[in-house]
Amino acid sequence: MTKAAWIRLALLAAAIGGLEGACRAGWLPRTAIIPPTEMAAGGWRAVASGELNEDMAQTFSVVAIAIMVSLAGGFLVGFAIHGRPRLRRALDPFLGAYYAIPHFAFYPLLIVLFGLGPGPLIALAVMFGVVAMIVATMNGLDRVPRVLGKTAQVMRLTGTDELWRVRLPAALPHLFAGVKLAIAYSFIGVIAGEFILSTKGIGHAIAFAYDNFDARSMYGLILFVLLLVASVNLTLHTVEQRLIQRRSR
Amino acid sequence: MADGASALAAAERQDRLEAWGGVALTVLSLAALWQGLHYLAGDSAIASLPATLRETWHLLSGPRYWPHFRETMSAFLWALLIAVTGGVGIGVALGGHRLSGEVAEPVLVALYSIPKVTLYPVVLLFFGIGLNAKIAFGALHGVIPVAIFAMNAVRNVNPTWLRTAATMNLGPLQTARHILVPATIPEIFSGLRIGLSLTLLGVMIGELFASQRGIGHLLMTSIEVHDVRRIMAVVLIVSVLAVTLNALMLAIDRRLHRRV
Repeated sequence: MTKAAWIRLALLAAAIGGLEGACRAGWLPRTAIIPPTEMAAGGWRAVASGELNEDMAQTFSVVAIAIMVSLAGGFLVGFAIHGRPRLRRALDPFLGAYYAIPHFAFYPLLIVLFGLGPGPLIALAVMFGVVAMIVATMNGLDRVPRVLGKTAQVMRLTGTDELWRVRLPAALPHLFAGVKLAIAYSFIGVIAGEFILSTKGIGHAIAFAYDNFDARSMYGLILFVLLLVASVNLTLHTVEQRLIQRRSR
Repeated sequence: MADGASALAAAERQDRLEAWGGVALTVLSLAALWQGLHYLAGDSAIASLPATLRETWHLLSGPRYWPHFRETMSAFLWALLIAVTGGVGIGVALGGHRLSGEVAEPVLVALYSIPKVTLYPVVLLFFGIGLNAKIAFGALHGVIPVAIFAMNAVRNVNPTWLRTAATMNLGPLQTARHILVPATIPEIFSGLRIGLSLTLLGVMIGELFASQRGIGHLLMTSIEVHDVRRIMAVVLIVSVLAVTLNALMLAIDRRLHRRV
């Protein structure tokens, strides 16, 4: 581990320890925040007791569907637009402004359209994630060095062979940047939607605990979600680094 | 010479014309898509374009709904102020000190990609329901991208320029004014653009949950009474506002980057 990583770890430990001490000493109001050890215990109890199994199953299946739709749809749409420069120029201002729109404003509309359930959550998460994948796909295909295409021509590869053996592998690290974003955005979209208005799911469980002044479950679940998403992101980051390294070799 | 300049100007005009044509085409196809969905899904799911425009006019023309817009705007502006000053402060400090930057960067990136909405109850517990919670939540969304961009801007200042400044015996203030500020402003501004969008997003999310006023609250009450027209009118207002702000910032952004 580097020096910076050690310092980061030490600071993190100090922050958690400080929070624990401040809570135990009564410097922070107990109605607002509880000690981290109690958060961890609350989270462990909530997850281990099995009360949340249904909520977790709902959240994870919705996130998984949203990720798959975002990745497959984003790749196909990005690939299609990339081959049509005129269409791409017309869409450019739209794609550039897309992430300025607060998508959660659409959530009530999606509930009206799809009813309360997994439908609007999937739609919200896909709306959020798919455009990142579209943009990453187009950028990735843009950055395939032209010499690779020429080499493929010289070797008389057919269209599909050229795509599978040359273009896609060359674009892979850029595509992966889109994969990373689409996955993070799917989690954010689903959990935020559940939190705002839903009858099931981890996000709903957090809002439910908040409404019932159940600070232990609430902080426990928040901790659980944040640790889960942070570890997913860390894994993806490691894979991405490996992909970039492999290419520069 | 004069011919070359006028040809260049003509080409630029042509480019601008094409860009506007693209925007017009996008708006038209979105309108067509909207109307098509309306015919497919029916009045109870998607209001038609003319009906939505009438409702938008109704919302904006009378004084009845202005308190909601004012509430959201004031929360947004305060949150933006905090996000920008805090973000630039943090970013410049971390960018100026190499080790601190290395320590903090992964933490900032991790904070950027977690679902911050889960932290909203915590914000509510600390600030109570009301304007302050929205401001805090909006600022929480905006501050991180601003800090990340500002940090990279300071890190990427060409060291030769700083050495030149030292050779010329510039004081710290002079170095800041003539070297650091002009060198970092374009990149910091790009961060501001993203931070602005995210701050608006944060304020809106804050209003969708446990709120008594604001545009988000208007949305939630509209869904409770199943007023599709109003939902769509509010969504339209928010989207147009967000896209216009973004276009404005993008235009300034491009100008700043071109100058360097």
